[in-house]
Amino acid sequence: MKFRTLLRHFRESFKNIGRNGWMTFASVSAVTVTLTLVGVFLVLMMNLNHIAGNVEKDVEVRAHIDNAANDDDIKAIGKQITEINGIESVIFSPKDEELTNLIDDLGDNGEAFKPFEQDNPLRDVYVIKTKSPQDVIKVAKKIEGFEYIQSVKYGQGYVEKLFSFVNIARNIGIVLIVGLLFTAMFLISNTIKITIVARRKEIEIMRLVGATNTFIRWPFFLEGLWLGVLGSIIPIGLIAVLYYNLYKYAAPQITFKFIDFLPANPFIYQVSAILIVIGAVIGIWGSLMSVRKFLKV
Amino acid sequence: MIEMIDVKKTYPNGVIAINGINVKIKPGEFVYVVGPSGAGKSTFIKMMYREEKPTSGNILVNGVSLPSIRNSKVPLFRRNIGMVFQDFKLLQTFTVYENVAFAMEVIEKEPEEIKKRVMEVLDLVGIKHKARMLPSELSGGEQQRVAIARSIVNDPKVVIADEPTGNLDPETSWEIMNIFEEINKRGTTLVMATHNRDIVNNIKRRVIAIESGKIVRDEHRGDYGYEI
Repeated sequence: MKFRTLLRHFRESFKNIGRNGWMTFASVSAVTVTLTLVGVFLVLMMNLNHIAGNVEKDVEVRAHIDNAANDDDIKAIGKQITEINGIESVIFSPKDEELTNLIDDLGDNGEAFKPFEQDNPLRDVYVIKTKSPQDVIKVAKKIEGFEYIQSVKYGQGYVEKLFSFVNIARNIGIVLIVGLLFTAMFLISNTIKITIVARRKEIEIMRLVGATNTFIRWPFFLEGLWLGVLGSIIPIGLIAVLYYNLYKYAAPQITFKFIDFLPANPFIYQVSAILIVIGAVIGIWGSLMSVRKFLKV
Repeated sequence: MIEMIDVKKTYPNGVIAINGINVKIKPGEFVYVVGPSGAGKSTFIKMMYREEKPTSGNILVNGVSLPSIRNSKVPLFRRNIGMVFQDFKLLQTFTVYENVAFAMEVIEKEPEEIKKRVMEVLDLVGIKHKARMLPSELSGGEQQRVAIARSIVNDPKVVIADEPTGNLDPETSWEIMNIFEEINKRGTTLVMATHNRDIVNNIKRRVIAIESGKIVRDEHRGDYGYEI
């Protein structure tokens, strides 16, 4: 194809947007409505995922070491733990430190534990973080089998519930987004299909005067692209403004430890990019699928 | 130029539209195709521009064997023939100029050449002054002029017209026929299916009459031959 012809296709696609004014309006509206929904869900889900991630990050394994272990044994245990797959960090916390932490954590009540400083009843502890928080249980089970390990604690019972809750929330989110995307594709491609069926005569005539299928497809391909991009403008603007204000004014009001929103700065751009790509892909796809029917390939 | 050899056409619903046709049309000829409605005239014409494929037999147009070309290559073949229809088949959202220019754009002609040639043919069919108008703003006769301009803009060797005067009043029909005669005089082969008795009887040319899917008459300077 000559470059001049490509320019012609661009020109033609812009003209067609104007020529089919109401049809363009219908398609762009369909894209706008569905992308707004998709966008809102995307923002919710990504933040939920982020919060879930924060909660998970606090999960750690605490391996208490038996008092019978000497320094060499403790070192050997540390080495063994490091060798387990999926370990992110292993920190040794001697029993003196454990007691100091306990006293500090309990504040005024901690004074009661002061007398134990002479004869510390606590154990030395390895604090282990895993790369994937969900590995905690597996790692804990392994460590339990090591020599000189008195007990392994990772919030048994509580952690399992947390993980299953997070997993369910994530799966529901994914299902919702995928479902919404399919609805969007269906709705948009149907709207575009209607606008193109109205133009089937146009395609027929183009074939009559000798236009190849590729030649006919190009302007439709570009039109689909413009429809998708035009349709994503309002959702992007809406979500950007809302999220920016939410992040700036509403988020600081929430002081609960784990609730922390994704920073507006990269996040708004990421969501915008995702929406524009979804819009463009669906627009092109809907347009090309509809033209295909009339091309007699 | 156009040759049909033992052509038969049966539609999927079992209707036999063409039942064994052999015909030869030489370069520069002007041929009327006549016959009652439903006799196979339309199928005969449609097979010439590969809108329909024969069930058996062969059709050669400009040396191309039509049954063997693929659907996707049909537009390439059509670049060498001009087509005019009863319902004009103009792009409603394109102006007169754009409609004619489109036929040149699809074969990627130079913009300068397109501009020059389009104005030339619009002048030839007498519609140059309405180049910026949309088809909906023109009368039937004017729209048919645009369609004719589009059919000849790429200098085809053959022009196929399917009832070009079917939607036009008698006076306009004569004007359109004048244009066709002019095109034929320049050496273009013209095949025209028609129901217009006056035209066939007054502008005497070769007449091919089709009835029940067969050629029943082929006269050098024939009459319409049917009562209306």
